[in-house]
Amino acid sequence: MLNTFVVYVENKPGVLTRVSSLFRRRAFNIDSLTVGRTEKPEVSRMTITVDADRDQARRIEANLYKLVNVLLVENITHEPAMMRDLAMIKVAATHEARSHVLELASVFRARVVDVAPESLTIEITGAEDKIDGLLEVLRPYGVLEMVRTGIVAMRRGGKGSGASSDIPQGLAQIAPDEGVSYSV
Amino acid sequence: MKKTGAEILWECIEREGVTDIFGYPGGAILPAYDALKHSKLHHILVRHEQGATHMADGYARASGKVGVAVATSGPGATNMVTGMATAMLDSSPIVCITGQVGSKLIGSDAFQETDITGITLPVTKHNYLVTRADEVARTVREAFYVAKSGRPGPVLIDITKDAQQSSCEFDWEAAKPQLPGYRPDLSPAPAEYKQAIDLIQSSKRPVILLGHGAIISGALREVRELVDRGGIPVAVTLLGLGALPASHPLNLGMMGMHGEAWVNHAIQEADLLIALGMRFDDRVTGNLKTYAPNAKKIHVEIDPAEINKNVKVDVALVGDLREVLQEVIPHVDTVDRSEWLDFIDKLKGDAAVRDIQNLPDNGHLYAAHVINDLWRQTRDGDTIVVTDVGQHQMWEAQYYKHEKERSLITSGGLGTMGFALPAAIGAKVARPEADVWVVVGDGGFQMTMCELATVVQENLKVNIAIINNGFLGMVRQWQEFFYDKNYAATPLVNPDFAKLAQAYGIRSETITERSRVVPAVQAARKHSGAVLFDFKVEQEDTVYPMVAAGSALNDMIRRPSPIVETAADE
Repeated sequence: MLNTFVVYVENKPGVLTRVSSLFRRRAFNIDSLTVGRTEKPEVSRMTITVDADRDQARRIEANLYKLVNVLLVENITHEPAMMRDLAMIKVAATHEARSHVLELASVFRARVVDVAPESLTIEITGAEDKIDGLLEVLRPYGVLEMVRTGIVAMRRGGKGSGASSDIPQGLAQIAPDEGVSYSV
Repeated sequence: MKKTGAEILWECIEREGVTDIFGYPGGAILPAYDALKHSKLHHILVRHEQGATHMADGYARASGKVGVAVATSGPGATNMVTGMATAMLDSSPIVCITGQVGSKLIGSDAFQETDITGITLPVTKHNYLVTRADEVARTVREAFYVAKSGRPGPVLIDITKDAQQSSCEFDWEAAKPQLPGYRPDLSPAPAEYKQAIDLIQSSKRPVILLGHGAIISGALREVRELVDRGGIPVAVTLLGLGALPASHPLNLGMMGMHGEAWVNHAIQEADLLIALGMRFDDRVTGNLKTYAPNAKKIHVEIDPAEINKNVKVDVALVGDLREVLQEVIPHVDTVDRSEWLDFIDKLKGDAAVRDIQNLPDNGHLYAAHVINDLWRQTRDGDTIVVTDVGQHQMWEAQYYKHEKERSLITSGGLGTMGFALPAAIGAKVARPEADVWVVVGDGGFQMTMCELATVVQENLKVNIAIINNGFLGMVRQWQEFFYDKNYAATPLVNPDFAKLAQAYGIRSETITERSRVVPAVQAARKHSGAVLFDFKVEQEDTVYPMVAAGSALNDMIRRPSPIVETAADE
């Protein structure tokens, strides 16, 4: 199943390589990886989705912690969270098709961000399946170009981010396995 | 006070308690070499950078301190990769320093530029690229801390030439490590302790699996206490040899691919495995599907990523072995396990009869006899045996009975041929009072024999025993068993090793008869300089018993019995 990890790392050169190298080295396949700034300049935040079973997910977490620059790992797969992907889709939209495309875009609450004589570019933000859905209905008109950012995720509710909490103090708990328990 | 990056580098390394470093100079590390004149560090000039890393590794394993290897950029740095991978897999704390082209030139494919931090990502615990003098002090402190804490490992510091040359204020105190994400000090929760203790208390047929972690953690007394108190028999990994004296009545011996058959049988019959500082390597488990099917498993391990990696366990105690055992021991009662111990004893069966060390040589020179004789001659003293990889390594593990920790140094995880000679040099530098013996095959010796020059240049008393069977013996053995005796690329045409040693000014002897083994070892111990023995042993001898890769642990290929006939029917 697809697991979603939120990973807080030190904002230093080469850290992204360390993380991606780890997945390659341990033969885990990254489905999507995004990285960006947080409310703290010295901390970057990654959202990584990876296809893994429960046991593999736990080992991914433990291996991420072995990287010296990794501050905190949260597996939010089984927690209520907001997952967002952003896509820009350039659709062939000649005069006759244009109104249909605009209609579809509005049904999906997507925005048109560029209009050209032969095409429209639509920006859509949402969960992956919503974007997949829009893509599906636009395909017959001719998708000329598409780009997606990959998923960013945030846990719902009042709990603050790992970047603002006092990371070094809190020993994170790796999701326990059935029949096995230990803290990290 | 202002200092150059190069001066700061050496001063910090000195402050970390290091007295000896192993290295090879070159363009990008020249400013650092120039600054050595201000330093008290003793620099040992190697003949190949791989040798420097193995020396640092041997130094670390012999002493428990961090070993330091130095090289230049480009080829100097890439030559270190094998040594780092070796240290990584065997959890050995070394710090490798490499020069790098000037920071303005990085990325330009400058002369001798290579992306060594990129190359070594998967084979180091952590690595650094330092481009400014004012980063040197903190980086060195962090590198030493990371290398030796938690599960130890190699750390690389790549320092640009301009960072070595430029100056800055040096303040040791202010350069404290800043590692907010690094937490090597883990400990189990009370509930986990309770589960583990309950399992131990209720077990009828427990076996302790003792690994390298016991030595790294310094948990030898605790291990012994647990063993004695619980009356629990112990199977040892290759790197765990010496963690419990071989003569301890509950020490069964080495487990795994070339472990004693009864040890593997005991593991398969156990109802509880207590793994202490070991990682269920495929060489000790055999086929995972059939591994210890009736046993509950407790895994005491400092690295959480090792838990459930190969073998699913029932209780994991993640933490320092010594601290964990101190918590566990008071709750373990003395239990009568004589039934279980008798059972294991019966498993031995005729193994001792089949054991080649108890058999006559009939005029042959067997590696097992050489090693057993070497053991008998050197067992009394402070001896360190450093082995390479292959048949001789397994025979050493079987026939040299290690009583003390850090008395065997060998490349276990990576299986690096060429490890022994340089690692022995490092061990001798770390513990000059110890009697250091290199036990090495004729193949592996030739991979790093250039370091004989280092032995001579440093005037080191290192004893070298080449177990020379004219083959890449372990590969030949696999070809014998699994490739229809097609000895592809395994026969070796060797130089005269004794003459080679003489060319370096090292005393040497070629030995073809068993009667010469003991006198030669005795003479070597009296001689103040290095010695080399070329033991021309049986060419097509085989390491028994053996678990074929992928077979169940108790499905072993045994020595054809009785060997006496095989030996006599020449």
